Amino acid sequence: MSAEFAVEKTVDYKGLFCPMPIVKLAGAIKEIEVGQVLEMLADDPGSKADMQAWARQTGHELLDMKEEGGVFKFYVRRTS
Amino acid sequence: MAEKKKRLALVASKGSLDQAYSPLILATTAAAMGWEVAIFFTFFGFDIINKKRMNALKVSPIGNPAMPEPIPAVPMKVPNFIGTIPGMTHVATAFMKSWMGRANLPSIPEFVDMAKEMGVRLIACAMTLGVMGVDEKDLVEGVELAGATAFLDFAADADVTLYI
Repeated sequence: MSAEFAVEKTVDYKGLFCPMPIVKLAGAIKEIEVGQVLEMLADDPGSKADMQAWARQTGHELLDMKEEGGVFKFYVRRTS
Repeated sequence: MAEKKKRLALVASKGSLDQAYSPLILATTAAAMGWEVAIFFTFFGFDIINKKRMNALKVSPIGNPAMPEPIPAVPMKVPNFIGTIPGMTHVATAFMKSWMGRANLPSIPEFVDMAKEMGVRLIACAMTLGVMGVDEKDLVEGVELAGATAFLDFAADADVTLYI
């Protein structure tokens, strides 16, 4: 997972726990256009599994995820 | 995205602070995934959508072995007989609210508002309204009044159904 893409918008959900990152993400994804990429930062240890599940359920594409010092970075392409 | 939306049907039957969170967390999460969600509030779960009571949900330390030690460094739980002293439910509730606050989790009324904004259907059990003597005016705006039949009609086509 190292495709090239441009990040349209970044949202920072560090310090938030389930379900807030996903709830806020559902709103944030609507603020970019279909095809654009959203970067999301989170430090909820459950967010890695939750982001994969959210992408599977919504159909939005999880392009990449990284972890640096306990902070996750997720890259999601809006598909619909 | 799938043609037919997935559906979650929840029954919220408990009115203690800890057990009020579970249906609201699951409902908002499902709504965030684009699912159709309805929560049927019945019996003590009715307090979650009662404007006069939703701010004052409590958790009891009595008979609750999962209640953490009040002083983390001292591995001693609060004995049940201490929990019977007047005011201890208030103390346990204050503890729990502080944990929730530390996790930046919304309060119960904020959670109910959020669920509504996300399109979660809030269904109040009409029978409970009568049995508990609740005034319809005290219910959160936007709540539908219905019975078990209406809930089961919704749940019959649900992908996930949970009773909490």
